Amino acid sequence: MPTRRSLIVGAGAGALASLMPTLALAAPATERRFVFILLRGGMDGLNTVIPYADPAYAAARRQLAIDVGEGGGHKLDGQFALHPSLARTAALYGQGEAMAVHAVATPYRDRSHFDAQNLLETGGARPHLVRDGWLNRLLALLPDAGTRGVALSPALPLVAQGIVPVTTHAPSALPGASADLIARVGRLYADDALLQPLWAKAVEARGLDGSGAAAGLPVLAKLAAGFLARADGARVAVIESDGWDTHAQQLIRHGIHLSHLDAALGALKDGLGAAWADTLVIAATEFGRTVAVNGTGGTDHGTASAVLLAGGAVRGGRVVADWPGLAPAALHEGRDLRPTTDLYALLAGALADHLALDREAAGRALFPGASIRPIEGLIRS
Amino acid sequence: MRRAIAVNRFGLGSRPDDRIDDPRRWLLGQFDAFEPRPAPIAALADATTNMARYFDFVAARRQARAMQDAVTAPGVEPEVDAETVHDFVRDHARHIYADQAVARITQSLTAPAPFVERLVHFWANHFAVSIDRFSTLGIAGNLEFEAVRPHVLGRFSDMLLAVERHAAMLMYLDQFRSIGPASAAARRLAELRPEARGRGLNENLAREVLELHTLGVDGGYTQADVQELARALTGWTIVGQRPVGDAPRGSVLFRPLLHEPGERLLLGRRYAATGEAQSRAMLADLALHPATARHLATKLARHFVADDPPKPLVDRLAAAYSGSGGDLPTLYRVLIEAPEAWATPLAKFKSPWDWSISALRGVGLRSADRRAVRMVGEVGQPVWRPGSPAGWGDTAATWAGSDALMRRVEAAQQLAALIPVADARALAPLLFGGSVSPSTAAAIAGAESPAQATALLLVAPEFQRR
Repeated sequence: MPTRRSLIVGAGAGALASLMPTLALAAPATERRFVFILLRGGMDGLNTVIPYADPAYAAARRQLAIDVGEGGGHKLDGQFALHPSLARTAALYGQGEAMAVHAVATPYRDRSHFDAQNLLETGGARPHLVRDGWLNRLLALLPDAGTRGVALSPALPLVAQGIVPVTTHAPSALPGASADLIARVGRLYADDALLQPLWAKAVEARGLDGSGAAAGLPVLAKLAAGFLARADGARVAVIESDGWDTHAQQLIRHGIHLSHLDAALGALKDGLGAAWADTLVIAATEFGRTVAVNGTGGTDHGTASAVLLAGGAVRGGRVVADWPGLAPAALHEGRDLRPTTDLYALLAGALADHLALDREAAGRALFPGASIRPIEGLIRS
Repeated sequence: MRRAIAVNRFGLGSRPDDRIDDPRRWLLGQFDAFEPRPAPIAALADATTNMARYFDFVAARRQARAMQDAVTAPGVEPEVDAETVHDFVRDHARHIYADQAVARITQSLTAPAPFVERLVHFWANHFAVSIDRFSTLGIAGNLEFEAVRPHVLGRFSDMLLAVERHAAMLMYLDQFRSIGPASAAARRLAELRPEARGRGLNENLAREVLELHTLGVDGGYTQADVQELARALTGWTIVGQRPVGDAPRGSVLFRPLLHEPGERLLLGRRYAATGEAQSRAMLADLALHPATARHLATKLARHFVADDPPKPLVDRLAAAYSGSGGDLPTLYRVLIEAPEAWATPLAKFKSPWDWSISALRGVGLRSADRRAVRMVGEVGQPVWRPGSPAGWGDTAATWAGSDALMRRVEAAQQLAALIPVADARALAPLLFGGSVSPSTAAAIAGAESPAQATALLLVAPEFQRR
């Protein structure tokens, strides 16, 4: 049985037929699916998973406070509610297929988007210490690693960069290249160490994709579901979403972004069909936002935020939080929600249990240098 | 090979009609040949005009709906509703944007100083504004045309000051609505509308000035420095729905009544309460800070030499920056004289912008239209839309994606179909400075049609790099 790698190399030498994905892919060794939704810009956790019962919430959030008492949100329990835009997510929560973890942060405690995203993506103990992404290192732990990852982006986000090849794919408005040109480009790149593997992946992705619709988070989610739903398809997907940096006019902008996120979770469930039962989706951001409203109807860079988990594999229908409170004395540096849960521990625990990996070993591989205790019990056993 | 490096790595790609005898002198000569305000750009409206169109639109809409302004203090702009912004984008801003992007591309195809044009693009990306915030859509190009181009061959401190006070930057990073909490306007507002208490400081621009525009993220500043700079920057705003004296609607203005009074402390240095001059003095000091020198030297070396820039070159650039008081042509000369910048093989993977412009130049196009703007976006780098104030990444890891590569092939196929090239076999050595690899030559020679030969030329491994 030839390996996947040798088939790609063979195709580069001109055998177009061997690039046909159905011929090239063997049956996967895992039925488990994982989707990471990377929310760039610093998502405001406090208005996503709203701590409505915290007496300091309404006072701190003033005009941004969401009054869940008037049907303005989806109450989850006696303490937390989901933003009104998250209707589908709330329904999943009711079915035990979604949950939230609150007051979560990476080890990063400063307020630069770029350093914070570097940690969120590399899983390092400090920014710029680790060069590849934790999602790529996760793939390396799976069987058939090189055929299992897809990023719904034109180029590879840092979280998916590393030694394991990952397909990138995003909708394009350009007319498709002719099959003949594709074959000739394959020969032209045969000896180019950078271009040859990229090209092989691009051709494979074109074969898998049936859609040409416009971009947007729900569309990307639908495409991701297409890659993941196939028996011989990808098992790990990453989707990027930006625009969460709501320094001004947060009420409108945050709500619109959440409605896209909500539709994306719905599109994943709809598109995955039966495979949804084997799916874990995690949506996380680089940091939260200030507890207080700023001078321009928004919030500034903060520390802890909320993380959403969804999928049939999740032990859902609950909010997990060691809630630090919003009273001024409880805040981190007097301004931010204090982190009480380590995002790395959350990711390591959920992924290890979901993919049947050793918790400690997975933690070390994904988040080297950070001493973490992977969180147990997030996944249905 | 030196010719190919001068044209592709320093410049924007070969044109079939290039005549270059001495690559080094060709580059040095561009400091005299550069046009800060060339015809395609001079024909466009300036930022003040474009902002005035926006505020006129807002005023007309409010009048049509007989809307009452919320009570607000002098100097404090009423908020504009999302629907009005959306309609302005649909009816006006997207066309202004498209015209600006067409002008940028046309200038890139025909400019007498493509090396300096590349530097304009470099600095515009260093000071990135992104049109995914709608308020920036009609003025993103104005920032490049009015704050970057005039200073690209001057001092960094002058460019910094021009950029931070430009309407596009003030809008993009929320500075125009920032109000000193102890300013006259804030006090008046609290009297008039107690519920508006808290309308005040925004630290977005101040943070990015320190982190992205000057010192860099490891530049040694603290949260307290961010807040002090934010306080000093208050007062800079845009004349909007309410005219101010002689200042025309849409113009940028320092308004003392928005400014936070008092002395400030930034990076351990005291700045007296001099109003407008306070932030000017801070920006002048930030421009010459050693961390700024290092930050800019690293980015320039990464852009022109390698994703991991060689430390000796970064050291020489930083020293030249500090030694010259931030004189940018001094830095550019260090690059031109650096052996590292002339090393082969070509180490930089072209960005989608680089690739598109070099493809359009390669087929001999001399003026662009909106199709070219679409093409740049479809291959993955829509003009002035990096998505964050950090700008586009500048390494192969950012751009060398499998889907990105497929899009280049699709775009090359489309371009080759639209613009016939007589003989791609003869064009190849012109574009690659005489060195065409045997596999590329064979692919072009064996193509099934002239258009396919051109497409293969435009996606050849040599053409993907600079």
